[in-house]
Amino acid sequence: MSPRHLALLLPLALFSAVIGCKKDPQAGGAGRDTGTGDIVIGHYASMTGSEATFGQSTDNGIKLAVKEINEKGGIKGRKVKLQTEDDAGKQADAVNAVNKLIQQDKALAIIGEVASSLSKAGGQICQKEGVPMISPSSTNPDVTKIGPMISRVCFIDTYQGAIGARFVLEELKLKKGATLYDRTQAYSSGLNEGFVDAFKKRGGEIVTQQAFSGGDTSFSAQLKEIAAAKPDFIYVPAYYSAIVNIGLEAQTLGIKLPMIGGDGWVSDVLKSSRDSLNGSYFTDHYSKEEKRPEVENFVAKYKKEFGSEPDSMAALGYDAAGVLFAAMAKAPTLNGDDLAKAIADTKDFAGVTGKITLNANRDVEKRAVVQKMQNGDFVFFKAYEVEK
Amino acid sequence: MTELATTSDDGASALRPPGWTAIPRAVWPVVVGVVLAYCLQELVVPNTPTFSSVIAFAGINILLAVSLNLVNGFAGQFSIGHAGFMAVGGYFGASIVYYGSYAIYGDFNFHGGYLSYLGSARSTPSMPLLGGELLFLAGCILGGLLSVAAGYLVGLPSLRLRGDYLAIVTLGFGEIVRVLLEGTPSQISPYGTLSSVDQVIVDKSSFFGLLHRVGGPQAFNGLPTYASHFWIYVWVAIVLAVAVRVKYSGYGRSLLSIREDLVAARSIGVDVTKYNVRAFMLSAFFAGIAGVLTALYVGQIKAGDLGFSRSFEIIIMVVLGGLGSISGAFMAAILLTFLPEVLRDPPRIYDPTVLAVIAVLALIAAVRARHRWRVLGLIVGVCLAYELARWGADVSGRKLSDFRMIIYAAVLVLLMILRPQGLLGVHEIWEVWPLNKLPFLRRPLRSSSTATAGAVALQEKR
Amino acid sequence: MTSFFQIIADGISIGALYALVALGYTLVYGILQFINFAHSDVFALGAWASLTAAAMLGLSSAFGAQVPPFYLTLLVLLAAMVVCGAFGYAIERLAYRPLRNAPRLNVLITAIGVSLLLQNIGQLEIFRAKNQGMTVYSIPFGPFPRVMPPMIVNESITFLGVTFNTVDLIILAVAMVIMIGIEWMIFHTKIGLAMRAVSFNHRTAALMGVNVDRVVSFTFVTGAVLAGAAGFLYCLKYPQLRQTADTMWVLFGLKGFVAAVVGGIGNIRGAMLGGLCIGLIEFLGVSTISSDYRDVYVFSILIVVLLVRPNGILGKAVVEKV
Repeated sequence: MSPRHLALLLPLALFSAVIGCKKDPQAGGAGRDTGTGDIVIGHYASMTGSEATFGQSTDNGIKLAVKEINEKGGIKGRKVKLQTEDDAGKQADAVNAVNKLIQQDKALAIIGEVASSLSKAGGQICQKEGVPMISPSSTNPDVTKIGPMISRVCFIDTYQGAIGARFVLEELKLKKGATLYDRTQAYSSGLNEGFVDAFKKRGGEIVTQQAFSGGDTSFSAQLKEIAAAKPDFIYVPAYYSAIVNIGLEAQTLGIKLPMIGGDGWVSDVLKSSRDSLNGSYFTDHYSKEEKRPEVENFVAKYKKEFGSEPDSMAALGYDAAGVLFAAMAKAPTLNGDDLAKAIADTKDFAGVTGKITLNANRDVEKRAVVQKMQNGDFVFFKAYEVEK
Repeated sequence: MTELATTSDDGASALRPPGWTAIPRAVWPVVVGVVLAYCLQELVVPNTPTFSSVIAFAGINILLAVSLNLVNGFAGQFSIGHAGFMAVGGYFGASIVYYGSYAIYGDFNFHGGYLSYLGSARSTPSMPLLGGELLFLAGCILGGLLSVAAGYLVGLPSLRLRGDYLAIVTLGFGEIVRVLLEGTPSQISPYGTLSSVDQVIVDKSSFFGLLHRVGGPQAFNGLPTYASHFWIYVWVAIVLAVAVRVKYSGYGRSLLSIREDLVAARSIGVDVTKYNVRAFMLSAFFAGIAGVLTALYVGQIKAGDLGFSRSFEIIIMVVLGGLGSISGAFMAAILLTFLPEVLRDPPRIYDPTVLAVIAVLALIAAVRARHRWRVLGLIVGVCLAYELARWGADVSGRKLSDFRMIIYAAVLVLLMILRPQGLLGVHEIWEVWPLNKLPFLRRPLRSSSTATAGAVALQEKR
Repeated sequence: MTSFFQIIADGISIGALYALVALGYTLVYGILQFINFAHSDVFALGAWASLTAAAMLGLSSAFGAQVPPFYLTLLVLLAAMVVCGAFGYAIERLAYRPLRNAPRLNVLITAIGVSLLLQNIGQLEIFRAKNQGMTVYSIPFGPFPRVMPPMIVNESITFLGVTFNTVDLIILAVAMVIMIGIEWMIFHTKIGLAMRAVSFNHRTAALMGVNVDRVVSFTFVTGAVLAGAAGFLYCLKYPQLRQTADTMWVLFGLKGFVAAVVGGIGNIRGAMLGGLCIGLIEFLGVSTISSDYRDVYVFSILIVVLLVRPNGILGKAVVEKV
């Protein structure tokens, strides 16, 4: 039978194809700009798999930014080309994707990932190859510690948690809190940690901290524990993919405590959460109702382009691309080191999510807003500028 | 096939070489493997930077597929917990290397020579082997050994359970390992100087007291990357040599007899449980090492990635290669690692490389196939369908690569339907045309493939 | 004491859902001796099909949405069952039937392939239906989570200090009715007789004039229709649906499968019993030990049960034939 023999040759052929792929090894190594042609920027994200929502939203934001810059004539007279690679939310795929973006597509800068652990996996390669990487929404503090090539445009977890604590104590004047977070998400446990620390420091009391795992569908056990501890409010710093179920379950259990959340809440899906989350608050990067020109411009264009309202992932993707393009325009050359330096020098960039200034660790401290859920819509409640 | 079956074992025992050659016979394939691994690292990888990581993951997948083949292919047991062994060994080995590095060198950085060096050509270590590699190898072995212990525990139920039920136990084991690892405390942060919190923990605990701090749900990060292509492929050479020797040993034949007929095997005195447990342990050893290699290649290990879907990926490789075929598992591992990556940038049909592959396939079909027109038609049909899909994707403003997971799944289903016995069936690559015509491969085939021949006979009987 | 009964009530309510999923696994395993790994994806399909059907009927999950008239609820349920049944038939016909005589491991790999296919097709977004600029539903289902509109009045009923929700009672009732129905079908109808014959030995059954292909198709379609119903009920209890490729679906399906095995795979009553057991143990573990290790309890109990009674609680020991 022949398929056996075909099978024999297939991997061999593949292997020789791989070796045949070796075309121009010296045409500008990784992170070196050839000075002509399109400027390629790479984006690696989970376009499929469990976290596809985050990847696709971020990608939409970046696409919008690329479209805008090309309409304005590109950077240094050259068009920007976005190459997006899927990592399916998996570590090995992320490594392959970043490697491909750098080596084959000759990306001059990389944007990605949402998940902090994947940002670290990809970031190590970017650092080694000398290609600047901007993470749109990886909030784990360790991400930018990998090296000078890595930076980000979002505030870190603990910072946002502290904003939440400040809001609860100053605005709502509630003293006894309970928390419910996703322990398998670094984002969620980081926010929880930041909130609890700041809340205690400012004189509040945490009566119970409950955790669930990413794949959980039922939260009644945790909610009952919380109800038994009799807090004044519940801090739920989880992603929106779990929030509606938590809200509805709390409602059926008769728990009528205000819920406070983080930017992971922002999604159209919460608007169809019926009435269970009415009157909840969450901290966020920006509010679409803010009367800043950047926000109005972004929300209008996004709606026109993609037919839905942008979530915070999209806004951060848009800002990451914006910071990158501004740095590219400023940098003397687009080689890795120059570009990384230009990104690190970013000061008062007027982004959708507020003024972005990178500090010495290439992290951002910026304003945060608090939004309220009211009659099935997000309503801008208050903005918090950076303290000190 | 019948000519194989008639080759008796008598001739083989008369031809058996003297005992003193046993060690060189066992060692030379590994030596050749080490040399090839070095060539790969120095010659192939620098010239194919795009696929460098894919080549590394292909090696790790070969290690996994060939080792799983010991249980699923040889012993005929059905394990879907291979990723669990990977996680056990990988986390333990990575933890030893990470905290060992801190205990010995006082930091978490890379301390190896150029055999381990993966970086760009900025500053290459001058020595081939430095202390870091020894730590890394110790981590590999110890991680593998802990995996062996887990393999013993999981293999034991095969005393009472088999088939699907044993499969479910291994699946449960894998999931339990994943969830437990996600509950571990956070690691000592690898970057810069230790934070005050970390300093207190380090001051309070010994090396062994730190080992369980592997990061929990946030992945175990910042590991020094010792697992270069060289080391990965050295382990591939070892697993291949071991698997081949096992297959053609008395032990291997006992395993195959268990696979073919458990009751008959037991009646001729094969201690089924003992042999199964051993197969599990051997397989777990290499899975554990694959875990360590993954961790130390990427610089990170994440329990969430080592769930049942990872186990399924490995089983798919084994079944696609052909149950019990070492070279089949090897090729399927390479094929399935490259397929999704090649689909990122699907080549055009008229790309010279692709055209060459198609031409070779068509040529073989024309020369060898029984239904040559049907096979040729299939090739043309697949090419047309591919271009049509490409065109459709272009028209609808998408890229074909957006659908790569769908194509991957569809190819899998089609392959299973069109070729249920896998690429090679129960054969090895040196048993099929044209390699079986090569004189130097002919001898070992005659003297050692009775086990395969028996399996062939059974396969045909069914 | 009340809290203990409360835990039992909670456990039973989720256990009934596991039981419904377990029924599908058990039916197919009973006939073909093969683990249909794509079943959890058919279950996800059922949930998403209900949501899409509800959205197509113009039901809204927005703030202040009203519960629709009862016939619409039934219509949505019917739609989910029909879609799942059709897919179940197609999967069996196209992917499994060509492999009827292949080794079981191949069928298993095919099942995994089909599962991957369903997951990845499910999260595509080819067509988007919009209402006032907002996406109401997409075809297939798209990568974003959505919320099921309210379909029934969900109230808490407190009885002897134990709180039930109407949803839980409905799920339990539907699961019981379906189980009794299936049990009746298998033991009191002609097709049931044929199913039993095929499960003993499909070759002999064929010789006796049973149309094996039709029986197998029927079994698959029944399993898929049950998964569709389970998906609908899941939507009622947990209205926010994650996209089809989320591991949550596979994990939920796996627990249903564990339930089938614990109860004794191939046994209808066993599936029900197993489902309730798994639900109870999960909730007992979560409330007495820790909610972190939810899955560990389930899989540990699986291993313990298999070691003590390798064929499950109600399963019959299989004598190995030489």
